Amino acid sequence: MNALTFTLKHRPDQRVDMSPLVCHQLKELAASDIAALTLQSGKRKLRVDELFTIDGSDAQNIVINNSAAKLDFIGKDLEGGSITVAGDAGAYLGFGMKSGEIKVLGNAGLYAACEMKNGYLEIAGNSGNFLGAALPGNKMGMKGGIILVKGCAGERAGDHMRRGTILIEGNAGDYCGSRMTAGTIAVMGQTGRYLGYAMRRGTLLLWNQPQLSASFNDCGAHTLAFLPILFASLTKLNSSFADKTAAFNRVRRYAGDMSETGRGEVLVKL
Amino acid sequence: MIINGVTIDQTFAEAFPMKATRAIITAQNEKWAMISAQAMTGFATSVIACGCEAGIERVLGSSETPDGRPGVSIMIFAMGGKGLAKQLETRAGQCVLTSPTSALFAGIDGGIRIPLGKNLRYFGDGFQISKVISGKRYWRIPVMDGEFLAEATTGRVDAVGGGNFLVLAESQPQALAACEAAIEEMRKIANVIMPFPGGVVRSGSKVGSKYKALNASTNDAFCPTLKGMTKTDLSPAIESVMEIVIDGLTKEDIAKAMRVGIQAVCDLGADNGIKRISAGNYGGKLGPFHFHLQEIMA
Repeated sequence: MNALTFTLKHRPDQRVDMSPLVCHQLKELAASDIAALTLQSGKRKLRVDELFTIDGSDAQNIVINNSAAKLDFIGKDLEGGSITVAGDAGAYLGFGMKSGEIKVLGNAGLYAACEMKNGYLEIAGNSGNFLGAALPGNKMGMKGGIILVKGCAGERAGDHMRRGTILIEGNAGDYCGSRMTAGTIAVMGQTGRYLGYAMRRGTLLLWNQPQLSASFNDCGAHTLAFLPILFASLTKLNSSFADKTAAFNRVRRYAGDMSETGRGEVLVKL
Repeated sequence: MIINGVTIDQTFAEAFPMKATRAIITAQNEKWAMISAQAMTGFATSVIACGCEAGIERVLGSSETPDGRPGVSIMIFAMGGKGLAKQLETRAGQCVLTSPTSALFAGIDGGIRIPLGKNLRYFGDGFQISKVISGKRYWRIPVMDGEFLAEATTGRVDAVGGGNFLVLAESQPQALAACEAAIEEMRKIANVIMPFPGGVVRSGSKVGSKYKALNASTNDAFCPTLKGMTKTDLSPAIESVMEIVIDGLTKEDIAKAMRVGIQAVCDLGADNGIKRISAGNYGGKLGPFHFHLQEIMA
């Protein structure tokens, strides 16, 4: 079976809610039923075949071609299967996804992997602000799974993150790891200001010395045994993180945010 | 059956169902992994008084361990799941947590999960850190030499304990030499341990005693000094008997270990004073696993 492919016919004027087009909701539907599904776009509801040309039939393997930054909620609550986005993705990519895999070949907008529960999300380009974060007002962001951003991440990556791993090959914006409850964020590039702002627990693993606030305390240089295990778990990824030369276990440890419980840590490669 | 002049008795070893687990101890080098493993498997020769039977399964190279350091695989066997979990936890806490540079990992991925570092984490007094990596939870416990890393749980599986064979020789040194040769070969077999000191036991027991407080006592039928005063199982030429006890994850593992062990003894043969191979059993009424020596060596 060929992948179920949605090719965008034209750039939509309004933002489009793509949440109905996920593997587990389409697997029992015939092609005509899929075409007749409606997607909210602004205040209108559009049939899927108004927006997309539909090919293929394998609903466990969805491809969105010519994707644009106005396609929101791609892969919302995904439960198994894979979605490949050829182009950019809008806001709330992989919102609450439970399992499966999403790969975006372009950039992603705000709140990618917002409140993600498990699975794997890969963004070949950059991601917007609030990567893996919680919805405004909610206390729990990402709760599991792996996010790989091959480009740069915006501000507030991992805000309120609870569990899981965020890997950023490029730079991370301001407030990276803010209000983290737990989990791991690894950044190969540079990090912005207010790193780990109000983080309670969790690990920020950095390749470059950050600009740390006064509420992070230096705990000295250490060789940590869990790092080889963490890096070994990443070797299957299509990423610089999988490169054996990227692995290290010698770090300088900073504890913080002392203005919170101070059980979090920033580990900087030595 | 006679192999190289050694008589293989037409008898069987009788073994029992047990619960087992495996843990992997790593350290900065093999020396310290072994020290920790030896401490963890100490005083664990027999469930009769130790609460469990434990032993070192094998040394692991750096490429075989989760953290890429030299390690040692140990196994613990007990009669029940609760007892096993308690023994594992107390031994891990007193012998591995305390051992310099050590880390502790699960050695069985499946099975029923029992705590490994799950409760040891409280030693961290609130400074412990949890990391979930590839679906496994690890605890990082701050200690004075750095961090003690322990996987939260390991697997508990059904197993078999009490496989055995007896080496009957013309002298004590010959019996010991034969057992040493057997143990050297048996340690190459996976999934088994020989829990007694050096893998060899010289005080095999029978069920019951003339003393009411004891439920096991010396196996007088195989004691050479009692040949003239008890219903002996020894011929006049036999001066020393030693036993090798084997616990394994499966019946097949034990049979395999018995086979290579007995073969190693027989390779020394009658020329080196080895007269017979026998086995300990209780008439087949107590243990469901029977290892017939002649079938194993056929």
